[in-house]
Amino acid sequence: MTQFSHTQTAHCESGVISNMFRHYGLEISEPMAFGIGAGIFFGHLPFVKVNGVPGTTYRIWPGAIFSRVCKRLGVKMESHKFGSPDKAMQALDEVIAKGIPVGMQSSVYYLPYFPASYRFHFNAHNLVVYGKENGDYLVSDPIMDTVTTIDHENLVQARFAKGFPEPKGKMYYPVSVPKQVDFRGPIRAGIKQACYYMLKIPMPMFGVKGIRFLAKRVKDYPAKVGDRRAGLYLGNIIRMQEEIGTGGAGFRFMYAAFLQEAGLLLKNEELKAIGKELTAVGDLWRNFAFSAGRVCKARAADNMSYGDLGNMLLHIADEEEKVFRRLSKVKI
Amino acid sequence: MKKDEVPQDGDNLHHGTFKQLFYAVDNSGDYTTASSVGWEPENVALDQAWEEVEKRVAETRAKVEAGTVSPIAYYMERTLLDLPLLASKAGKWGWQVKRHMQPGVFKNLSTTMIARYADIFGISPETLQKGELLPFQRPQ
Repeated sequence: MTQFSHTQTAHCESGVISNMFRHYGLEISEPMAFGIGAGIFFGHLPFVKVNGVPGTTYRIWPGAIFSRVCKRLGVKMESHKFGSPDKAMQALDEVIAKGIPVGMQSSVYYLPYFPASYRFHFNAHNLVVYGKENGDYLVSDPIMDTVTTIDHENLVQARFAKGFPEPKGKMYYPVSVPKQVDFRGPIRAGIKQACYYMLKIPMPMFGVKGIRFLAKRVKDYPAKVGDRRAGLYLGNIIRMQEEIGTGGAGFRFMYAAFLQEAGLLLKNEELKAIGKELTAVGDLWRNFAFSAGRVCKARAADNMSYGDLGNMLLHIADEEEKVFRRLSKVKI
Repeated sequence: MKKDEVPQDGDNLHHGTFKQLFYAVDNSGDYTTASSVGWEPENVALDQAWEEVEKRVAETRAKVEAGTVSPIAYYMERTLLDLPLLASKAGKWGWQVKRHMQPGVFKNLSTTMIARYADIFGISPETLQKGELLPFQRPQ
């Protein structure tokens, strides 16, 4: 049976990268993977609705961190999607039989071991299958504190869930992983890209502009959609911000941990200092979620509180912009 | 967030079975990890999301009992699906599924179609055929 060293991480995608690469002797921490993959982001998409509630994201789209890290570190991956569950399961069986742990995209709704409260139809969860025993698959799910198992039927359902983003049985595994990597270039590229995404996308929904965009809309929620929907909209902003393992700060703490680690590694005091500033912004995000949670709970027709929440977001946008402007000037 | 500020608002949401990992700073300002059993705003938001599901399920049940929609509509809500999702799972267009939600059309659905829906909803075809409405339970 394949041995797989499982470490619990905060988030699934960066966690799978860290766990999987370690299996091949390439040590990379979760924050380092997140930073090199330029995972930090902000986007508010009022027209992309899930159950009638507008979408908000605090990180880059699923899969992007993975492909960027592979490209920057020179890791070669095999990745497949499938038309039929039978083929997908057969391909999985063949690869794990060779002792290769396989990453895959899944829907949390069909993962029986997953914390029950989170089991909505969310299709972009990553996990690793590293073996098979008595017909059940051995699973290393990065958000769980220990390894677990899943039966054939549920794994099929999870791999072939419908809806965006549709997994279509997607599975991936490395075919060549370098043992030693100079992190300087990848760190530089990751930071440059993150700064671009946070500061320069010429559309109002993305980056720090997106935070201001959301701020304006939050202020208008009660007047525009009524109290009940306003509460639901707000609830969704909090849930996305606290997408498992962000510490309530929408990945800001994880990125700050990356800046600190990068600063130590490259002996760059400026990066460390910016990491501290971003930690402070993360705390502002937490305060926002805390206040928003209060408003949700009160279900009050209190326009003031929505106005206040909007102002908190504007303040966050200003502070976050300062951090990324400073970061964009660092020489690495 | 300092390590000793990492929230531990369990609220019994995960029944003590799940802890998530957070990044937080120690006293010297360096990052480290800590586990958390939960955080109040997230508990509020999750609870709200589940309440919304319960509300929709109850509303749809009332409509089925009043004879205005078919059990397909009820089980769609019970399985947390919406129309586009259900349609793609059933391999049908949205308007077709919508039609199946009319009680008159539902009565004449083929056994294969009933079986396909039942499979999506994780219930027996007989239950769906008879229009029995199994209760909704929040996952525990």
